[in-house]
Amino acid sequence: MIDIKQVYKTFNKGKPNQVDAVNGIDLHIETGEFVVIIGSNGSGKTTLLNLVAGSVIPTSGTVSIDGNDVTDLADYRRSQWIARVFQNPLSGTASDLSILDNFRLAAIRTKPKGLSIGVNDHFKKEVKEKIATLGMGLEKKIEQPMGTLSGGQRQALTLLMSIMDSCQVLLLDEPTAALDPRSAEIVMKTADKLIKDFKLTAILITHNLKDAYNYGTRIIQMGEGAVLKDIDTIKKTTLKQNDLFDWFG
Amino acid sequence: MDFYLTALLQGLCFSGIALGIYISMKIFNIPDITTDGSYTLGGVVTAIFLTHHQPGYIILPAVIISGAVAGALTGIIHTKLKINALLAGILVMTSLRSVNLILMGRPNLPLNGISSLFDIINVFSNPNQNTFCIIIVFVIIITLLIGYLLKTDFGIAMRATGNSESMIRSLGVNTDRMKIIGLALANALTATSGYLITQFQGFADINMGIGIVIVGLGSVIIAETIINWMKITSVWLSLILMLTGAIIFQFVLAVTLDIGVNPNLLMLVTAVFVLLIVSLPRLSFKKSL
Repeated sequence: MIDIKQVYKTFNKGKPNQVDAVNGIDLHIETGEFVVIIGSNGSGKTTLLNLVAGSVIPTSGTVSIDGNDVTDLADYRRSQWIARVFQNPLSGTASDLSILDNFRLAAIRTKPKGLSIGVNDHFKKEVKEKIATLGMGLEKKIEQPMGTLSGGQRQALTLLMSIMDSCQVLLLDEPTAALDPRSAEIVMKTADKLIKDFKLTAILITHNLKDAYNYGTRIIQMGEGAVLKDIDTIKKTTLKQNDLFDWFG
Repeated sequence: MDFYLTALLQGLCFSGIALGIYISMKIFNIPDITTDGSYTLGGVVTAIFLTHHQPGYIILPAVIISGAVAGALTGIIHTKLKINALLAGILVMTSLRSVNLILMGRPNLPLNGISSLFDIINVFSNPNQNTFCIIIVFVIIITLLIGYLLKTDFGIAMRATGNSESMIRSLGVNTDRMKIIGLALANALTATSGYLITQFQGFADINMGIGIVIVGLGSVIIAETIINWMKITSVWLSLILMLTGAIIFQFVLAVTLDIGVNPNLLMLVTAVFVLLIVSLPRLSFKKSL
């Protein structure tokens, strides 16, 4: 599904503050894989994710999604395959817009945004049913501005928004970093369920080693902009949680 | 009384600016001051077409297009050349002054004896009442159009652009294009205010736009204060409040002149009034602590 070939990314090239964020990564991710990426700060995780999403264009190398070379394709054009959940709940939803309007935009992620009114009774019913599956009672609040909700609620809704339109790749950039442990658990469980139910190809960045151990089919450890360890599904079954902690020892 | 009727009419004429500033400042979060130039441009284009005896159905589209082009230019400079929106607006506004002078060929173009939009109907004996009817219809039509637009899928995407850029990009919207369209729309609306005022006062003047952006800002800020105070989320109500804001603003100016304040102080009064409106919610917030 995702092919990354010999990708390099250097920021501020030639200046004193030059950063080699990604140093020649080769990565192939199969359809339906749920890859968890861990690594210390500055190891290039987020840059790698942004390279897939298109918010960052590589210095050299190629990125392809579903067989299409997307190396130079802008992020808003990659939305036909990709849905994202950001670290900051504010980045994934529009605060001043109602929950309903947020969902409307998500429902037409892969389509043009035209001059017809898409928010009708039928759509409202559909959104209510979808939101009810979260069991948070938010289905009664769909006319409220998104900004009135808590970070955890917003992240859970962002996840739900990603499957409102056809989605193949889900990118999760530390989705629970800003949340309390209980909300974090709900968000991670929701993500896991959606990924399995909709057979999504997913990449999760996390600093939570417990989550890295519990979720996903493959673990990648990054350091200095390169892949240090790549543990596939079979090897992951023999992995112990403490092994992960040892990697950072 | 006629004095206040004129203020009401002026306020309604300025509803285009109020809606324009609402779109650029509140929806897109861009401080756009192309306004001074695009407002005059709208007036200049109107006066030129009228003095050349062009039919009415050509004039308004021409005004809208000219305003949209001015706004789009600001948008392109801001997004494609990555120049601060404020500076981009100043650049376009400054160049428009020359454009307007060249278009008119002189600094002032009177419309004496030329029939305008306001001469279409003649129901009432008082010309101001006729004017009022026409402006009201005009304002209702543009408000309905903008309100509808903001409710469409495109409109929701517009509102989200100023709210969470990362989100709307990940949902497949080219935010640069959206901002250019937004600024074009805002300045097209501003130009319609120039169109109305020019016909209302009977001339276009190169200086008519100086400081006009404060009229729009003042209207939007008055409306914002009410919106925050009453916790309004409806798009329609917000638009109506913007129009109300434009009228209140003109009334304040009318009252100021009526009580005999030196007209030279008008701009200062305007600025102080806007400052008061902006600071009022903060002052009362402090008290409640």
